[in-house]
Order: sequence, then C-alpha cells, then structure tokens
Amino acid sequence: MAIVEATNATMQFGGLKAVNDVSIHIDEGEIVALIGPNGAGKTTMFNMLTGIYKPTSGVLAFNGVSVAGKKPHQICKMGIARTFQNIRLFANMTTLENVMMGRHTRSTAGPWQAILRGPGFKREEQRTTDEAAKWLRFVGLIGQANELAKNLPYGQQRRLEIARALATEPKLLLLDEPAAGMNTRESADLTKLVGRIRKTGVTVLLIEHDMKVVMDIADRIYVLDFGELIAEGKPVEIQRNPKVIEAYLGKGAEAMLAQQA
Amino acid sequence: MQAQLATIVQQLINGITLGSMYALVALGYTLVYGILLMINFAHSEMFMVGAYVGLFTLTGLTNPHLVGGLAAFFKGSGFGLVILFALVFVVAMIAVGCLGMLVERFAYRPLRNAPRLAPLISAIGVSIFLQNAVLLWVNTMALPFPQVFPVKEITIYGSAQVSTLQIFILVTVIILLTALDTFVARTRMGKAMRATSQDREAAGLMGIDINRVITFTFFIGPALGAVAGIFNGMYYGVVLWNMGFIPGIKSFTAAVLGGIGNLRGAILGGFLLGIVESLASGFLSTGYKDVVAFIVLILVLIFRPGGLLGESVVEKV
Repeated sequence: MAIVEATNATMQFGGLKAVNDVSIHIDEGEIVALIGPNGAGKTTMFNMLTGIYKPTSGVLAFNGVSVAGKKPHQICKMGIARTFQNIRLFANMTTLENVMMGRHTRSTAGPWQAILRGPGFKREEQRTTDEAAKWLRFVGLIGQANELAKNLPYGQQRRLEIARALATEPKLLLLDEPAAGMNTRESADLTKLVGRIRKTGVTVLLIEHDMKVVMDIADRIYVLDFGELIAEGKPVEIQRNPKVIEAYLGKGAEAMLAQQA
Repeated sequence: MQAQLATIVQQLINGITLGSMYALVALGYTLVYGILLMINFAHSEMFMVGAYVGLFTLTGLTNPHLVGGLAAFFKGSGFGLVILFALVFVVAMIAVGCLGMLVERFAYRPLRNAPRLAPLISAIGVSIFLQNAVLLWVNTMALPFPQVFPVKEITIYGSAQVSTLQIFILVTVIILLTALDTFVARTRMGKAMRATSQDREAAGLMGIDINRVITFTFFIGPALGAVAGIFNGMYYGVVLWNMGFIPGIKSFTAAVLGGIGNLRGAILGGFLLGIVESLASGFLSTGYKDVVAFIVLILVLIFRPGGLLGESVVEKV
C-alpha cells in the first residue's frame, strides 16, 4: 500500500516552478531516494510533505490524507518526521533533551502535573527519558547523552537529528542529505543505520548526493531536474539512464562514457 | 565616612527594589524576543494596564458598598491582607495576560511572515492605542494608589532604612523568578518554549504547536509586567496613563544589557540597571540617573554587543 502518493504536485515561487507536475508514490517499508542536481526541487518536495510549503497545485497524500494546509506539528502527529540539510538541532540543549523534545506530541503532562509531580507525571517523565535513551542507543550516542548538542562533532550531530526524528514515532522518515560532509566510514555506518531504521518498520525517503550511499540502500530512485521528474527506477536502471547522466554531467557525456568503456 | 556608607547601603536597597521591577518587565521583552525575534513595544502598556487593574481590584475589594462585610475582613487582619493582595495580583495577572494574548492574536499574528519592521510598527501602534484608550476611559489625572499595605521602616545601618514594602516586593519577585525559571526548565510547555526559541521551524516539525507556544508566551510576559505595574503603583503611590513609557524603555535596556533573549540575562540586567541608577541618583544627582544608566548600556554594547550573558549571535542564514 502506498504510504505517500503525490499526484501532479507543483510548487511555484513567482515565475519559478521549483517543482513541476511531479507524481511519485512510496510504498510502506520501502527506502526511496530522491536525487538530482542542485536546485532540482528535492528539498522543496520535503517542505511540501512537511507542511512548510503549501503546494500551488496537485495533491500530496500521506496514508490517503492530504497534507496541504496542515501545520507542521499536525503533520508530525500524523507520522512524518524529518532531518535537515543544514543541521537544525536545539543547539543549547543536551543530546538527551533534544531527543526528548521529539517526544512532545507523544506526551501529555501540563504545568499542574509538573508542579505537583504526582505519580502519573513521574511515570510519563520516566517513559519520555527511557524512550529518548532508547533512540540514543539506537544511533550510538548514549555516551554523549549529557553533552550540549552544539559541542558534538558533525557526524554525531547528523545522527542526533535522526534520533530526534525517530523519537516522534514516525511512519515515514525524511532524510535530507544525511551523508553530506561524512567520510567514507561514516557514510558506510549511516547506510547500516538506515537499514536498521527500515527494520523497525519505518518507511524512508532520502535526498542524497553520495551515489555510493544511494546505490547501496535505495530500493527505488526518483530523479528530479529543474523541478521535473526525469526518471524513476531501481538503482541499476538509474545508473544506465541516459537522461540522468545528461542531467548530472551534461550533454555528450554519455558518448564520452561509452568511448571510455 | 559612616554617613557615606549608609548612603551606599540605602541606595543599594532602593536599587534592588527598582531593579526587581525592571527585571520583571525585562523578562516580558526577552521572552517575546527569544521566540519571535520581535521587540514588543506594547509591553510597557501591559505594565500600565496592570497597575490600573490592580488599583481597581484593590479599591473595589476594600469598598464596603461593593463587597459589604468583606471589606472589613480584608483590611482588618493580617490574614485578610494576604488574601486581598493575592486576589489583586491574580486578577491583574490574568486580565493583563489575556490582553497580551489578544494583542498577539490581532496585531502580531497576521504579520508573522511580514518583513520584520511591520510587527514592530504594529507594536508601537498598539502601545499608542492602549495609552489613549486608558486616557479616554480614566482621564489624564494621576490616581492615588491607596496605602493599604502596612508600610514600616526598619533601620538597618546608620540612617539607612528598608521598608516592609521593599521586602515584600523583593520576596515576591524572587518567588516569581524562581517559578518561571523552574517552569521553563522543567515543564513540557517550558521545554517547548526553549525549543521554539532555538529553532522555530524545527520545533514545529518535532510536533510542537508553535502558535500555542507563542500565545502562552504572550500570557506569561504581560502577566509578569502587570505585577511590576502594581508594585510601581504601590511604591510610588500613583497610577497614570503614561506611567509605562519610561520604565518600559528602562526595562528594555535591562533586557539588552543582560543579553536579549536570555532569561537570566534579563534578571541580571534589571537588577544591575536598578542599582546603577540608584547609586547615581544618590551620589551625583537624581537628574543624572538616566544618563548614567544609559552610559552603562552604551559601554556594554560597545564591549559586549551581545549583552552580559548573551552569546555573540552568528547571523542566521
């Protein structure tokens, strides 16, 4: 069953169509990659899916429900979580607190409970902490639980963002360039991490420039160029697709590659 | 020598009292700035309206024609007084807190995505509107604030005295500041406020209802401002339609001094400004107290542009 169904989605900023008439679908349990040169409209797709932008036309449905016009926190409650291209952690909170923030929608305590600190409140607080610790362990950051997020090295900040997103209990996880700035070993670890995320039953849509990562983990790939969908298919198909090679390397590149081969 | 030391002690006491009021108001500026990066220039009017609501509640509750025998109870015993002041403060905090939420809903929220100058101008408009609404309603005369609180002077050193009212103000402010600090550190809403101030968009995507957080912030800030307004009325004995302007600017200064957006900074800035001002008026002349206060601000801004506790913020991309 399709967990995400985008039908003719278009996002226009003035005269620029950042996303033009794009239709994609993602099935439950899949890992799908969205690739394309810079400015192709990949992050715009993410922003439409998470309620930051409202599509100019077309429909984006999550589990059959349109996300257009929904507030980001409502979309989070529906079960979509994301990370950001440029890391956006709560820099002055600890690693653990960052992940606990992800539990916000899944907890209920109000100020009175916090003041009275009754058994129900303590139980919920304990559960929030336990859940947060569970996700820190999942991404391998439990040793850094009490570090301020801003003091973590870059690769760990990326993983912390993933833990925070997972703590919201999403059905769909959007990863925006998770391997950006990582070395080969770190991105290999990341590939494994995404595989483990899938095993927990979460569907993953990722934007990624590191083709090694994409080819290793994606079941299917969508290619965007100048806001338009130019190709779709399995990694091996995409690697051979002349339109994709042209979009990435320019016209004539295919012939050159063929000569070299 | 002893006389001079006594003056210092006296001015410190006055400064701390004044500073505690600045701190309360400064928190309102800093809370809103932290979350919306907007300077709420209407905040000084929350202080003023708070003083009026407090005054009317106080006179109403002590008027036998309105509340009958209760008036005697309120004024008659120590216990009655405690209840009376608790009511005065709670009524004013709720009323002004609601006013703050209304102002946000109708004057700022429609401009949330407008250029940053627009809500600023809107805030100045709200400020002028509220001043004039009160002016029309109550008229230009200063209203006396009845001396219900039992003020006694206690001599502590030489000629230096501390009044029971000053102690009452300081103790109440410390309780409120501790409560706010705990609230922000511990509660779910408090944590949501911190997250929102660090990254509004990311907070929304983590499931935090941004509008609720903002509405709540516009309740807390003005409610604290209202308390300061009542203290101001009790301390100086008068309530006036334009009484918010100067303390408002001073408190804003205090917030900047401490590092705007930083809660503890606002408290530190408030007390510091109050003390500097009082020492200046004790040793130079009352006419120079504002000059000295603002010289301190300028110096801090030259040498620590982010304020005393503020970080030097890197421009957001």
